[in-house]
Amino acid sequence: MKMQTKRCVKPPLVVLLCVLALGSYVFARGSSSRKASAKDSSGTPVVHIADTDAMRVQGEQRFRANCGRCHAAPQKFPPRMMATVLRHMRVRATITDADMRMILLYMTQ
Amino acid sequence: MLYLDPKTASARRQRTVLCSVATLCFLFFIPTRSTAQDPDPEKPVPILSGSAGAFSFVSGGHNLIDTQINPVLLVPLGDRWLVEARAEFEGEFQRPPGGGPYGGPVNKHVDYAQVDYIASPYVTITAGRFLTPFGIFNERLYPVWIRALQPDPLILPIATAPSDGAMLRGGFPVNAKANLNYALYVSATSTDIDSVDSERHVGGRVGFFFPGPRLEVGGSWQKTLQDSRKNAFGFHMGWQPAKAPLNLRAEGVHSFAGSGYWIEGAYRLSQARLWQKAMRRTELVARAQQFFNGQITPEAAEDFELPGANTREADFGVNYFLRDGLKGVASYGRQFSPVGNFNQWTFGIAYRFLIPLGRVGAQ
Repeated sequence: MKMQTKRCVKPPLVVLLCVLALGSYVFARGSSSRKASAKDSSGTPVVHIADTDAMRVQGEQRFRANCGRCHAAPQKFPPRMMATVLRHMRVRATITDADMRMILLYMTQ
Repeated sequence: MLYLDPKTASARRQRTVLCSVATLCFLFFIPTRSTAQDPDPEKPVPILSGSAGAFSFVSGGHNLIDTQINPVLLVPLGDRWLVEARAEFEGEFQRPPGGGPYGGPVNKHVDYAQVDYIASPYVTITAGRFLTPFGIFNERLYPVWIRALQPDPLILPIATAPSDGAMLRGGFPVNAKANLNYALYVSATSTDIDSVDSERHVGGRVGFFFPGPRLEVGGSWQKTLQDSRKNAFGFHMGWQPAKAPLNLRAEGVHSFAGSGYWIEGAYRLSQARLWQKAMRRTELVARAQQFFNGQITPEAAEDFELPGANTREADFGVNYFLRDGLKGVASYGRQFSPVGNFNQWTFGIAYRFLIPLGRVGAQ
C-alpha cells in the first residue's frame, strides 16, 4: 500500500520538471529569435550603453551588489579564467544574465 | 562457476589499459590543444579552484586540529555547459583521552559533481550530485575562505545533505528594483551501497534581491517522499547597507529534526581613521544562534550532527585579510545548553586558490 502511494507521487514530479524544462527551452528559443533583430549586419549584438566607462561603473556596482553579498573583491584574473568563474557563479549564486555580463566586463577591463 | 581463458583475460586487460590510456590522453591533451588553437581571448578555460585551511578548535579545553583542502574543478563546454565538482579532504586530529600524539581520521568525499546547462537567461538545468539549495549558508557561505566564522551554525545539518537528482534554477529581474532567484529540485540520494535504499525528497528555494538597498530575503522548503513525509521550512536574509561596510545575514529553519536560527554581522574596519593600512584589512564578526530540539531522540540528533539538547551560542571573531584569498581567523564562542556550558576558541588560516588548466593568454 505504501509503495503504491510512492509510485503515485514520483511521476508527477518528473513530469513537472520535464514540462518546466521544455517550457524554458521553448521560451528561450522564442526570446533568442526575438533578440536576433537586435544584431547588426555583422551579427554583433547591439550595445545600448555605448559608453564603456559607464558600463564598467555599472559592472562595479553590480559586482558589489551581487558578489559582495558573500565575499570580498578578488584580484582580477585573465578574461578566459574570469569567464569560467562567472559561469560558475551564475549557477551557484543565481546571478542574472545581465548582471553576469556587466560583472565580466568590470572584472576583465 | 565462471572460467576465463587466460588469453581472453589477457586481451581484456590489454583493452582496458588501452581504453584507460586513450581516455587519459583525451582528458589531458584535447583540452590543451583546443585552447591553444582557439583565437577567442574570452573563451572560458577549465579551472582548478578551491580552498585550503588549517584550524585549531579548542572546545571545552579539548584541542582539535582541523586541516582541509576543498578542490573545485570547473570545466566549461561550449557556450552553455559547465561541468563542476568539489571534493573535501579533511583531517581531524586530536590527542587521545589518556594523552599521547595527535591522531585521527582523514575524511574524504565528493560534495557535488554536477552538469549545468544554461537553457535560457531564466533557467539553468542541473543534473548529478549537487548542494541542496536550502537556505544560503550551504550553497554560498560554506567555503572556509568565504565564511566569516569558522564554526558551523548549529542548524547547518538540517535539510542540507547533498542531493542526487535534477534541479532547475535561475535568476532574473522582475522589475527595475528587484531580482528573483529560484531553485527547484528532486532527489533520490542513495543511502547504502549494498542495496537500493535511498532517501527521496523534493524542494525549492525562492529569494528576492533588491539591488538598491542590497537586501535579499527568501525562503526554502523540502519534503521527504517517504516514511511520514516530513516537511522542512527555512528563511534567509542578507543585507549590505551601501553606507557602511557591514554584512548582515540570517537564517532560520523549522523541521522535524529541530528548529533554530542564526544571525551574523560582519563589519570591515575600512572607515577607521587610525592605522588605516591594517584596519582596512580587518573584519569584526559576531553571531548569535539558537537551536530547539525536534521530535527525534538526542542520540538521533547527534547522528545528524545536531545538538542533543536545546542550545544557545554566541560567537565573536576577527578576520585579517593578509592578501587576496588569504586570511587569518580567530574567534571565541560560548555555548549554553542543559548538557553543559563550554567555551570554544578558534585560530587558523584560510586560503583560496585558482589555477587555469589551459592557455589563458595575457591579462
